[in-house]
Amino acid sequence: MTETQKILVLHVGLIALLFALNFILPAYHHGNLARVMVLATYAIGYNVMLGYTGLLSLGHAMFFAAGMYGMALSIRHLGFAPAPALLVGIASGAGLALVVGLLALRTAGVAFMIVTLMFAQTVYLTILLAGRWTRGDEGFVIQQHERVLWGIDLSDPSSRYLAALTLFAICLFATLNLIRRPLGRVFVAIRENEERARLLGYNVFRAKLFSVVISGTISAAAGASYGLLFGYAGATFATVQYSIFPLLWVLLGGTGTIIGPFLGALFMFYLIDLSSGVTNAYMLIAGVALVVLVMFAPQGIAGELRRRIWSWLP
Amino acid sequence: MDFGPYLMLATLEGAVLAAVLALMASGLSLVFGVMRVVNVAHGEFYMLGAVLAWWVTSMVGGGPAVAFVAALIVVPVIVGALAAAADMTVLKRLEYDPERTIVATIGLLYILQQVTLMTYGADARPVVPPFNTRLALPWLEWSDGGLHMFWPWGLSTTTYKLFVIVAGIVILSAVWAMMRHSRIGLLMRATQLDSEMAQAFGIPVERVYALVFGIGAGLAALAGVLIVPIQQAHYLMGGDALLLSFIVVIIGGLGSLAGTIVAALLIGLSDGIISVFFSPTLAKIIATLLVAFVLVFRPQGLFGTRDR
Amino acid sequence: MSVILSTHGLTRAFSGHVAVNAVDFTLNEGEIRALIGPNGAGKTTFVSMLIGRIAPSAGRIRFEDQDVTDLPAHLRVSRGMAYTFQITSVFGQLSVEENVALAARRRLGRDRVAVRAEVEHALARVGLTDHIGQTAQDLSYGHQRLLEIAMGLAQRPRLLILDEPTQGLAENEIAAFKTLIRSLVPDTTILLIEHNMSVVMELADRITVLNFGEILAEGTPVDIHANPLVQNAYLGSG
Repeated sequence: MTETQKILVLHVGLIALLFALNFILPAYHHGNLARVMVLATYAIGYNVMLGYTGLLSLGHAMFFAAGMYGMALSIRHLGFAPAPALLVGIASGAGLALVVGLLALRTAGVAFMIVTLMFAQTVYLTILLAGRWTRGDEGFVIQQHERVLWGIDLSDPSSRYLAALTLFAICLFATLNLIRRPLGRVFVAIRENEERARLLGYNVFRAKLFSVVISGTISAAAGASYGLLFGYAGATFATVQYSIFPLLWVLLGGTGTIIGPFLGALFMFYLIDLSSGVTNAYMLIAGVALVVLVMFAPQGIAGELRRRIWSWLP
Repeated sequence: MDFGPYLMLATLEGAVLAAVLALMASGLSLVFGVMRVVNVAHGEFYMLGAVLAWWVTSMVGGGPAVAFVAALIVVPVIVGALAAAADMTVLKRLEYDPERTIVATIGLLYILQQVTLMTYGADARPVVPPFNTRLALPWLEWSDGGLHMFWPWGLSTTTYKLFVIVAGIVILSAVWAMMRHSRIGLLMRATQLDSEMAQAFGIPVERVYALVFGIGAGLAALAGVLIVPIQQAHYLMGGDALLLSFIVVIIGGLGSLAGTIVAALLIGLSDGIISVFFSPTLAKIIATLLVAFVLVFRPQGLFGTRDR
Repeated sequence: MSVILSTHGLTRAFSGHVAVNAVDFTLNEGEIRALIGPNGAGKTTFVSMLIGRIAPSAGRIRFEDQDVTDLPAHLRVSRGMAYTFQITSVFGQLSVEENVALAARRRLGRDRVAVRAEVEHALARVGLTDHIGQTAQDLSYGHQRLLEIAMGLAQRPRLLILDEPTQGLAENEIAAFKTLIRSLVPDTTILLIEHNMSVVMELADRITVLNFGEILAEGTPVDIHANPLVQNAYLGSG
C-alpha cells in the first residue's frame, strides 16, 4: 500500500466505524459520541492553527460562540430557518476570525496568546452585555420545531448523530486535503521556520491570516452545529474554559495530526464524564492532564503513534 | 452626596484597589521580567492567599489582630514555597519554553482552583479585620463668604482600608529596595539581563528562578491576605484578579516595575470612577480591548519605551 | 554589462552603533561577486538589507532597474532574489524533498510534475539525490548546507545571495560547490559572503571588501590580493 492509500484507509475506516456505531451503541454513549464528534470538529479547527501553523490561540471560544450565537440569534430574533441560520453562524465566525487575525497577527508568541485571550474575553462580556437578546449566562433553548433541517428533525438521536458525523467527516477530510495542498504545506513551513518561509518568497502574514480564518470558520461551524443539534445557546460556551478545552484536546490527541483532535476530545470527554460522577471538581482532571501532557508527552496520542508505528500519519 | 465628596470617596476606594492591584501585578511583572514566564496561575496564588488567610485566622486564637498578623506572615511564605516547588518540578523541566510554560501554568491554575474547591468548598467566607474603626471624613465648602468644614453623610472610610493603602506602599518600597540594593536583587537583575551569561558567572540561575517565582506568588498571596477582610475568600476569586493584573502589567509595560505601579494607580483609581459612568461589564469590555490594542499597537506598554 | 543590483547611501544603525555606513554598491548581471571583510564588518547586515530581512536606516536599493527599498522580503524574492542563510535554516522536521519543493512551489504553483522535476534537478546538482526521502534534521551538517543551496537553486533566482556557503563543508564538497557556482553564471548573478580565501580567489570575478561598515576596496582578486589597505585591515583586526 502506498502512504496515500494507508492514510485513506485509516480515515475512511474511522468514519465507517463511527457510522456503524450509530446502530449499535446504547443510548447514553450514542448521545455522548454525537457530542464528541462536534467537539472534535471544534478541535480540528483549533489544530489548523496550533498543529499545522504553530499559532497558539487562547481565545478560540470566541469563534465557537460566534458560530453558536450567529446561528441561534438569527433563529430566535430573525425567524431564520436552520440552514440559513447555520450559514449566518459560520459567516460570523469567519468574519470575526478575519478581524481578529488582521489585528492579532501583528504580534507573535506570548503576546499573540494574550491578545487572543483578551479578544475572546471581550466577546464573552459582549454576550453578557447584550443580555436582552442573548439572555446572558442563562442562555436560551432552541425549540424542537426550529431545528428541522431539510425535513430532518435534528432533535431525533439518530439524525443528530448522523448530522454530527457528517459535519465531522467534512471537516476531517477538508483539513486532510488542505495540508496536502500547497497552502497547507506553507502553513507547515511557517510552523517549522517562519523566517525561512518568508525568504522563500511566501507572504507569511497572508498565509497565517488564511490559517486563522480557516480555523475560525471550522470552529464556528462546530459552534453553530452544537447549538442546533443540542438545542441550546449559552454564554458558558464563550468562557475561557471553552478556549482551553480545544487546546487540551489537541495536546492530548496529538498536535499536527488529523485524527489527534478526535482522540483527544473522546478521551477527555470520558475522563471528565467519569470523574464528574465522583467529584464536582472535574476540571482538576483537565489541569492535571495539561501539566502531565506538556511535561511528558508533548506529542500526544497520535504523535506517539506516528513516532513509534505509523510514520506516515498525517 | 455632592459630586466633590463623592469623588473623594471613589478616590479612597480606588486607592485601596490600587494598592492591592499593585502588589499583585508587581509579582506578575517580576516573574515575567526576570524569567520571561507569563504565569497564568498568578490569580490562583492570590486566591490561595485569601483562602489560607481564612484558614490561619480561624485556627489561631488570641483575637482578630493576632490571628491576622499570623496570617500576614505565614500565608505568603506557604504560597511562595508552593510556587517555588511548582517552578522546580514543572517549569524548570520545560526549560521555560514560553508557550509550553503558559500551558503548564493553565494546568496549575485548574489544579489549585479545583483542589481548593474540593477542600475549602464553594462558599465565600469572611475574615474579621484586625481593627476596623469607621472614620468620618470632613469636606470643605465655600459658603456664606467663608470656608466651612462639614461632615457629609456617607463620606467615611475605615482604619483597615487606610492600613491596606499604607501596607501596599511599605511592601512595594521593600520590594524595590530589595531589587536595587540587596545582593539577591543584584543576582535577579543580572539573571534578567542575560541568564546564560549569569550562569557562566556562577550565579545559581535555577535557584534565582525558583526564588523569583516564589516571591512573585508570595506578593499575590499578600494581596489576597490584605483583601480578605474587605472581600470574602472564594475559590473563583482568582479569575478577575488575574485579568486586572494582566491589564495593569501590559499597560505598564511587561516586566517594568515602575510602569506596573503607575498603571495600577491608574486602573485602581479609574475603576471606581469609570463604574459611575458605565456598567461594570462595559467597563471590563473597554479594559480587555485596551489590553489587546496596547499589545497590538504599542507592545512596550503605554508608559514603556522600546528597548530595541 | 548591465547592472542588476545597486545601493545608494545604504546605512544601518543599531542603537547608536553604525553597522553599515552609506554604502554605494553596484553588482553587474552575470558576475560572481565575493563580499569579504573582518568579523563585524557589516557583511551580513548589508546582505540582510538587500534581501529585506532588515530595514535600512537610510539609503536606497535598486534591483533590475526598480527601487525595491520599501518592498517586503517575500516580494523581493518573487522578483528574483534568493538568499541562503549563514546559520543553516532548513525545515528540520520535513523531508529533504519537501524542503526543496517548498522552494520550487512558490514559482511553479500546483504543477506537481514540474515541482517534482525541479526538486530532482536541484538535488542532483548538489549531489543529494540519494537523500531525497530523509528528514532534513537527520542530515549531516555539511549535507544541510548543501540542502540550503539546493533550496536556493530551486527558486531559479536572477540573483543568488549566499552567506558563507562553504562553512562546514568537506574539501571534496567545496570543490563540487565551486563547479556548481560556475555552472550557474551567467544566467544567475552570484553575491557571496565567504571567509574561505581560496574559494574567493578562485571563484570571484570581482571582490568587494567591507571594513567598519564601509567599502574599503573593490577589484579583481589579483588587485585585492595586492592591496595594502586590505592586508592592513585583515592583519589589524587580528
